[in-house]
Amino acid sequence: MTRLLAPDSGELRGRYPEVFDRPASSRLAIPAMLLAAFGIFVFGLVELEFSPARMLAGLSQLGWITMMMIPPDPGGSLPVYLVALGETLSIALLGTTLAALLALPVSLLAAKNIVPSGIFRFPVRRFLDSIRGVDTLIWALVWINVVGLGPFAGVLAIAVADFGAFGKLFSEAIEAADKKQVEGIRASGGNALHEIRFGLMPQVLPVIAGQVLYFIESNTRSATIIGIVGAGGIGLQLAEQIRVLEWQKVSFLILMILVAVAAIDWISGKLRFAIIGQRAVV
Amino acid sequence: MTSAVSILPAQQLAALNDAYRVAVARKRLRMTLATAVFFAVLVIAAIGAEVNPVTFVNKIGNFVSYFDRIGTLESGARVWSDIGEWFWGWKKWLALLGETVLISYVGTLAGAILAFALNFLAAENTSPAPWLRFTIRRLMEFCRTVPDIVFALIFVIAFGLGPMAGVLAIMIHSVGALGKLYSEIVENIDMKPVEGVRSTGASWIACIRFAVVPQVAAGFASYTLLRFEINVRGASVMGFVGAGGIGQELVVAVRKFFYSDVSAILLMIIVTVFLIDIGTGWARGRLFGKEARA
Repeated sequence: MTRLLAPDSGELRGRYPEVFDRPASSRLAIPAMLLAAFGIFVFGLVELEFSPARMLAGLSQLGWITMMMIPPDPGGSLPVYLVALGETLSIALLGTTLAALLALPVSLLAAKNIVPSGIFRFPVRRFLDSIRGVDTLIWALVWINVVGLGPFAGVLAIAVADFGAFGKLFSEAIEAADKKQVEGIRASGGNALHEIRFGLMPQVLPVIAGQVLYFIESNTRSATIIGIVGAGGIGLQLAEQIRVLEWQKVSFLILMILVAVAAIDWISGKLRFAIIGQRAVV
Repeated sequence: MTSAVSILPAQQLAALNDAYRVAVARKRLRMTLATAVFFAVLVIAAIGAEVNPVTFVNKIGNFVSYFDRIGTLESGARVWSDIGEWFWGWKKWLALLGETVLISYVGTLAGAILAFALNFLAAENTSPAPWLRFTIRRLMEFCRTVPDIVFALIFVIAFGLGPMAGVLAIMIHSVGALGKLYSEIVENIDMKPVEGVRSTGASWIACIRFAVVPQVAAGFASYTLLRFEINVRGASVMGFVGAGGIGQELVVAVRKFFYSDVSAILLMIIVTVFLIDIGTGWARGRLFGKEARA
């Protein structure tokens, strides 16, 4: 019977010093980082007034609420809820479309291969960044001040919030486009607009379409919540029913949202597949 | 120089040309139909959302003047002419911003720990039982589909007003979102180390610890940092429903028309989000090299 030779640990140590004898700084880096993270975590728990007693009381309360939610029951206001859901879907669709239409020209200005000069590009990018830094709900509050309560404020809030995100995503898609087509158009005598229309857009549009569809999906979620501040849609109903503690209606509304989001996911998945083919969906 | 382009006989060429024209016409028709359907849906949506261009045109001036108003102090001067007056409440706001960041930190970390515990049960290749995988996956789906602010609304009633409700809401949402991403990373690992460890007679836990975790740790950390970034934004509005952080102060300022306060708080939120973005971007770059930053 053959046996493997016992490894000569002394020789191995000599040969791979960086594996066996790492300096203390690199050995301790990860534990130190974990310790620091944990320290901040504990500090946060204390600072944010967590206590086992409150936790327990809250959990039992939550248990009660969950019991009260079953079974989900619209209690005669189903038509109202369906209209509200339709409103939510409309808000998501319109807001996203509007954002995409507005963002397309701006994203050209933010793309490195269209505007090579950093002096123009930089402010456009920072502008888009600061729009993105503000949450959709905050935009909804601002628009309510402008156009009044209602779903229209929601449409505009989603449009503005997504405008920032789309501007960035589109400009990245444009920067990733292949230069050769554009050069081909230029070689055949096209001007700058021709280059964008025939060289760039055919490459970029499918990518953009995929992103827009994905955003319609995620905006269905955002649109459900902007009602909480009064910007229309199913969120308004949801917030109201939570405030008056009608838990059966609350659970019914949450179920409706889940079903709607799943349906939109499914539809947009199919559409994306149709537009850009399977490979690009992943 | 002789031309290398061979020209097909006219008959063949005509057939090919016809086929090409038919194909293009069909594509155009499909395109037109799709556009028409899309516009019809848009119009229906516009009616559903009570879109009124007249209101919009009449009120768009308000939007511009709103920014004018939030850029003006009560005395009528521009905000930047008196920074001290503009940021009169900076101590309180800074403390609330700190609370906001802390809410998202604690929420993200707690969510990440739970997601870490659950994702190995949800991933195709490491899950011990199909029924367990199915249950955990549905649970995660539920957690990430219900918006965090809805959880916050309910938790505010169960746990009382305050940041605790916000933390828990962010935690639940992060469990759903991170759990999915984590399990996708786990599904993409190389299974050879796992088989190697298992062949030594190791338990399931040991397999995960010594074969899976070393492969996925970097990806997990990267996604967690990204989630933290997103959650800072989410936490900034938790105060709208009474779940702690700067949102409370902002919503009061907006509703009571304290214009210069609105711009001051908004500016502070934007700067904070910027700093967090840059910080986490830097951390991800440091931890995993430049390619992880994308």
